[in-house]
Amino acid sequence: MTLYTSTVITPQRRSRVWSKIGENTAYALGLPVLLVVIWGIWATLAPAQFFPSPTELVEAFIDTWIGPAFFTDVLPSLGRLAIGIVLSVLIGIVAGTLIGLNRWLRELLEPMLEFFRAVPPPVLLPIAVVLMGPTDAMKIVVIVIGSLWPVLLNTIEGVRSTDSVMTETARSFAVTSMERLRFLVLPAASPRIMAGVRQSLSIALILMVISELGYSSSGLGFQIVYFQRNYLIAEMWSGIVLLGLVGVLLAAIFTLVERRVLRWYHGIKEVERA
Amino acid sequence: MPQPEVSGRPPAMLETHLIGDPVTVTADAPAIAAPRRRRQRRTARKAALGIAGILGFLVTWQLLPALGLVDPRFFPTATETLTQLGQETRDLEFWRNVGRTMTAWGIGLLIATVLASVLGTVIGLVPFLRRATHTTVEFLRPIPSVALIPLAVLMYGYQLQAALIIIVFASFWQIFIQVLYGVADVDAVARDTARSFGLSRGSRVVNLVLPTALPYLMTGLRLAAAVALILAITAEMFIGNPGLGREIVFAQSAGNWPTVYALVIVTGLLGLLINMVFRAIERRTLSWHQSVRGEDVL
Repeated sequence: MTLYTSTVITPQRRSRVWSKIGENTAYALGLPVLLVVIWGIWATLAPAQFFPSPTELVEAFIDTWIGPAFFTDVLPSLGRLAIGIVLSVLIGIVAGTLIGLNRWLRELLEPMLEFFRAVPPPVLLPIAVVLMGPTDAMKIVVIVIGSLWPVLLNTIEGVRSTDSVMTETARSFAVTSMERLRFLVLPAASPRIMAGVRQSLSIALILMVISELGYSSSGLGFQIVYFQRNYLIAEMWSGIVLLGLVGVLLAAIFTLVERRVLRWYHGIKEVERA
Repeated sequence: MPQPEVSGRPPAMLETHLIGDPVTVTADAPAIAAPRRRRQRRTARKAALGIAGILGFLVTWQLLPALGLVDPRFFPTATETLTQLGQETRDLEFWRNVGRTMTAWGIGLLIATVLASVLGTVIGLVPFLRRATHTTVEFLRPIPSVALIPLAVLMYGYQLQAALIIIVFASFWQIFIQVLYGVADVDAVARDTARSFGLSRGSRVVNLVLPTALPYLMTGLRLAAAVALILAITAEMFIGNPGLGREIVFAQSAGNWPTVYALVIVTGLLGLLINMVFRAIERRTLSWHQSVRGEDVL
């Protein structure tokens, strides 16, 4: 550090806002663009058997998924995924609230719930197929049974750990039990519930793919395996990319919903931190 | 879920208190003994209810096919399944398959842990890297690892490596994200203090960053261990490398349903065991830490 510092003021051409936006976009897109460029150069210099070049991949993506395949394979898969997620979240929250508020029930069910959560969901698929046949309902049931547990257990835990002072205050002010549920128990449990939903989403997506791998004749998962078995490498990669996009979309929707639902919670956290 | 340790600790604390302070013992003994007895009764009640729950489940399972509510051909009774499970445990091949599954799980988890801790620490400590990699991470993380099954099959066939790709990809992100958050969570005052006392970069990492990130790492490790088991068994089912998952598929195509159910129970028990072991490790390594963080730190 020197005692005298002088700053040279250079005239700013662009406004601050624009340079800020430019910087952010550079950070956001820099690495992905760099990686794609390296990948493109690599693919032209040393073509690998199982790795198509970016241009091939984009062509395959457009040829494969934009068109009728979108309606016969992609939409039904996404529909099953959506129904499965909504059902497992609903069942998880309702059952979790019941079990969490009822100590007797909780202690009765706890060991079994711990066990069911620990069962890797894909092993249920062979059983579901033989009991229900390779139907849409079977696939949805597999998604629901697999992704139910994180929501259920986190709801139980969240409901159970409601602040006892608040519960007693609500009781003494004669707040009805429905109102208590609506304004105290569920909001208090919501951070944990959302943490459970986040885990459920990734399991649901895995199960959507798996439920179509062995026992199906359409859907995203089936198509990817079909391409692999027929050595349609670029098409197979385009399917993987599509699944990645679905995952990103799901994560983005979740972030939006979480921000909306837990706005108060993040606010409190920020105040605590400051 | 309430940890068993919690119910065990307060009586122990009361005991030391009783020994250490004889004056209060005479005055408070009945008052202290009463809640203690109540707690014991509560623990006993909890265990009894838990066992009742398990028995209730087994009875329901037994009755469903026996009463013809589900097809007994595809849904064997609890007794049939448990007998089959007993027979399996006397078969050496069964234990070999357990070993194969756990080997894939262990190697996968180890690779993922090492990669994720190193990359997570480096990227988390350098703000430039953190900003530059953000979008790439957010894009790669949600890709379901099972989408990579076809690629893994093409590259390695029915070998262990194919399963490892899937396992490592899935469990890497769980740990990586936690380490990334953990490393960034270093207390600003503590960091500045360490700097002003002239701690070298190396000792700052060891004495400051590591303890801060450890709870996050342990949470990530526990989540990753569960995910790695799911993917290890999925890989065996759909790639076909030897292990419990492949045995389930074999038993299913042979129509040997009691074995299918018995193996499903075994996978559940393995999952339970892994959960318990990792919770115990977490408690052990973080006994110095005030709060053992839950999954909702994210």
